[in-house]
This record gives sequence, C-alpha cells and structure tokens, in this order.
Amino acid sequence: MAKPVRRLPVQKDWPTWAIVAVQVSILLTVVAGWEIGVRAGFINGFFWSQPTAIWKTTKIFFTEGDAWTDISFTFRSTIFGFLIGTTAGSLFGLSFWWSRNYAAVAQPYIICFESIPKLALAPLIILVFGLGLTSKVAIATALTLVVSTLTTYAGVKALDPDGEKLFYSLGATRWQVFRKLVVPFCLPWVISVLRVNIGLALTGAIVGEFIASQHGLGRQILYAGQTYDIALVWVAVFVLSTLAIIMYAAVSWLESLLRKGTRQ
Amino acid sequence: MPVKVQLEKVGMAFTTNAGVFRAVAPLDIKIETGRFVSLVGPSGCGKSTLFNVIAGLLQPTEGRVLIDGEDATGIIGRVGYMLQKDLLLPWRTVLDNVILGMEVQGMPLKQARERALPLLRKYGLAGFEYLYPNSLSGGMRQRAALLRTLLFDTDVILLDEPFGALDAQTKLQMQEWLMQLWSDFQKTVVFITHDVEEAIYLSDEIHVMGTRPGRVLETIPITLPRPRLRTTALTPGFIAIKEHCMDLLKSPALEEAA
Ligand SMILES: Nc1ncnc2c1ncn2[C@@H]1O[C@H](COP(=O)(O)OP(=O)(O)O)[C@@H](O)[C@H]1O
Ligand SMILES: [Mg+2]
Repeated sequence: MAKPVRRLPVQKDWPTWAIVAVQVSILLTVVAGWEIGVRAGFINGFFWSQPTAIWKTTKIFFTEGDAWTDISFTFRSTIFGFLIGTTAGSLFGLSFWWSRNYAAVAQPYIICFESIPKLALAPLIILVFGLGLTSKVAIATALTLVVSTLTTYAGVKALDPDGEKLFYSLGATRWQVFRKLVVPFCLPWVISVLRVNIGLALTGAIVGEFIASQHGLGRQILYAGQTYDIALVWVAVFVLSTLAIIMYAAVSWLESLLRKGTRQ
Repeated sequence: MPVKVQLEKVGMAFTTNAGVFRAVAPLDIKIETGRFVSLVGPSGCGKSTLFNVIAGLLQPTEGRVLIDGEDATGIIGRVGYMLQKDLLLPWRTVLDNVILGMEVQGMPLKQARERALPLLRKYGLAGFEYLYPNSLSGGMRQRAALLRTLLFDTDVILLDEPFGALDAQTKLQMQEWLMQLWSDFQKTVVFITHDVEEAIYLSDEIHVMGTRPGRVLETIPITLPRPRLRTTALTPGFIAIKEHCMDLLKSPALEEAA
C-alpha cells in the first residue's frame, strides 16, 4: 500500500488586533443580544435584568450608595486574611523541618483540619468573632492557612538530605541550615500558593459576608438578591470580579518578582 | 610523614527494616599529611559511608576517627567534604556558592568574596563569577563545588567521585586541574573513584576496597614519579599496577560466577 502523502499541519497565527477585535465583538454581541432579548420578550427581564438597567444601577451604586465602604471592607478582609493565612501557614510548614517527631505528631491533626470544609465552620467563626471585619478575616485565614502549611511542608519534605549534609560538613548550626538552605529552598513552594490563596481568601471573605455582615460586596449581593434587585446583584458581581482581577494581577506580579529573586 | 587522618577499627552497620546490614567491617586506614590517597572499589562497598564518618556526619558503629591524633569521631567542620553531587545552591551565584564555607564559619560576606574572586579567576571560573549554577556545564559545576570545598580552609579534603559523571575529555582536563590545585594548596586529599586508571594517575596511595562487607583488600603505594604525564599510563610500571588492581576488583565477581 502506498503511504499517503502528508504535510505538517500549519496553523497561522492571527495578529493581536484581530484577536482583540473578535473578543470585543463577542462581548458586544452578548450584551446587545441580552438587551434585545429582554426588550423583545425572549428573556425574562425580571430574573435576568438587562444591560441598560445594570448601567443605570452602576451609576447610582457609585454615586449614591456606600460603594467604596463595601469595596474597601471586602478588600481589607481578603488582604488581611490572605496575608495572615499565607504567612502563618508558611512559617508553620517550615517549622516542621526542625523536628521530625513534632512533624509526625502534628501530621494527623493537619490532615483532619484540611479535610474539614472550613466554610462549614463559618457560622461558628462569626459567632466567636462577631459581625465585623475580624470574623471575615478569620474565615479567609482559615481557608488559606492550611493550603500554605501543606504546600510549604511538601517543600520541606522535598529537601535533599545531602544538601543538609553539605551544610553540616561545613560546620553549620541548625539555624544556619534553616536560614541559608531550608527557607530559600522552600520559597518556590511558598510562592506557588499565592495565587490560589488570594482566590480562597476572597471566597472566605464573601461567604463571611453572606452569613452575617453589615458591609461588603458579598452583603450587597445577598441583600440585592433578597429584594429582587437583580441589576444590583450584577453590579456587585462585576465590581467584585474587578476587585478579584486586580488582586490576582497584583499577586501574579508579586510572584514573578519573588521568582526572579529565587532563580527557580 | 605524620599521620593526618587515622581510622581506628572503624566499622558501620546500618539497622534497617530488613535487619542489621553490615556496610563496613572494622577497618584501619592511615592517611599521611599532604598525600593524595584514593579509595577504589565497587559501588556499595562503603566508600561514601566512610567519608560520612570521617566528616562527622555519621556515627560509626565501632571505632574512632583521629585527625591530627585527636579524636574527631562525630565532629563536623574538621574536613572539607565534596559529596557525590555538586549540591550548588541554585539561588546563589557561583561566587556566593563558593564562599559558603567561609560564610558559615562567620566570615563577613565582603571579605569572603574578596578572597574567593581571585581564586575563581585563577582556577578557570573567570567570567562565571556572577552566573547562576544552572547555566554552567558539568565540568564548571564541579570546579565550583571543588573550590567551595577548598576555600573551606581545612587541611584535609574528601572528594567523593567528583568526576564520575563527566565525559572522558572533560574528565582528563579536570584531573590536570585538580593536580594543579593540589600542588598549589598543599592539602591532604582523599579521593573516591571507581576508575582505576584515574586513581593511579592521581594518587600516592590506593586503598582497593571490596564489598560484602566493605573492607580494604589491599593498600598499594604508587611511586611513579611526579609530575606525571599522560603517557605515564603507557609505562610498564603503570600497567602492572592497573592489572593488579583490576584483578583485586574482579575476583569476587568471578567467585560468584563460578
Ligand atoms: N543510611 C543507610 N541505611 C541503610 N543502608 C545504607 C545507608 N547508607 C548506605 N547504606 C548501604 O551501605 C552500603 C554502602 O553504601 P555507600 O557507602 O554509599 O557505598 P559506595 O559509596 O561505596 O557506593 C550500600 O549497600 C548502601 O545500600
Ligand atoms: Mg558512593
């Protein structure tokens, strides 16, 4: 049988402007289709609202409501939770390097804590820490802490014992091995969870606000939903997404900065 | 010559899940000051284990290690030790890797770097000082690791198969380079290799080791004149030693086969 003649499949890349143009037209089509659909009666405007109404609500939201209070509340809960959880978790994970016995004792507790759906504890956390910012920070911390702990501990376990041998052969103290070997070695693991953690912290903050809060974008969404103000739900969701994107971008930037510093 | 390092009835048995595993039978080795001594033997005969014991990283099951006549069993930081892997820290530049020993000993960074820079340049790492290890070739990495060991400023250095993973050409260059370092720095060198020719070419004395359990089969002095040329390997004296070593190393395998 003759072999079929085949050529390497070639894919031509579009120029960037063409890609952007297509992306923008998809967005416009969806928004226009939504608006027209509601006006023509294909889409139920009561449940789905419509772009023009959302736009009007947006203006009201930013001019008349306490939009900035809410944004700042959610932002602060997320950032504090993220910072506390990530820092404490990373330190906790690193601490397991110091003693194998301590690590072995702690292990089952950590696994237990990992497997609890932390959000199920949220109502309890609210009861303990109150309605304010603290309880939201606590929930965000609970979610991020475990991830950082486990990931950093994975870094500690990946440490090559020969690396430690090298340091000890040079007469190093344990503290020197920790500072000059363990910490820099585990840094890529610490960094790798930053992006996951910012998302988790935001989730924690929002869920906290859903359960009981006086401020925050999560509370806005819940409140608007309960009063059938669907346009306001959309506005709050969009603002929240924007906030998430900004924080995500900031963390990605931080990550690339740290990665450059660690050469990995 | 005074004895620099002495192993007195040093033996090692590892306790594993499968039971007690005798890695090294109690053995005596004396290493004189300033000499280049090789340990040659099949893989698993306990060469690295002995190095770990000499470096104080492993407590021997029996016996003691004497350095300069003092008991140094279980004491770290007395000898320079280059492990089988180069273990360069990827987040440090070559220069900062090389000064690690001095840094750990508490020398200020600036001073350590000033001491290391001219040596890096003299010993073939010029232009690599501020690069990171991952951009270095295998030979360059070994140079950096070896300089790190030398700059730790101990009289004795232990080199565990430093050239084992290099290609033949690079290996020859590195041997010349090591000879130059050895004559410049006047250290006592203990060198592990499984390459008999390399051992004869470099050493003053070879301890040929056997396995199961690890022990010294024979200690062979190499009196070939220095400096040695590559062509030394073709002389009858060299070939005779090589054949003798090969026989020693081969015999257990033959017994097993028979
Ligand atoms: N920590 C350890 N526990 C159990 N067995 C070990 C340990 N370290 C080495 N061994 C065993 O001891 C023997 C000698 O090992 P090693 O000194 O690394 O040999 P070599 O360097 O000569 O190849 C090997 O059989 C190895 O499996
Ligand atoms: Mg070995």
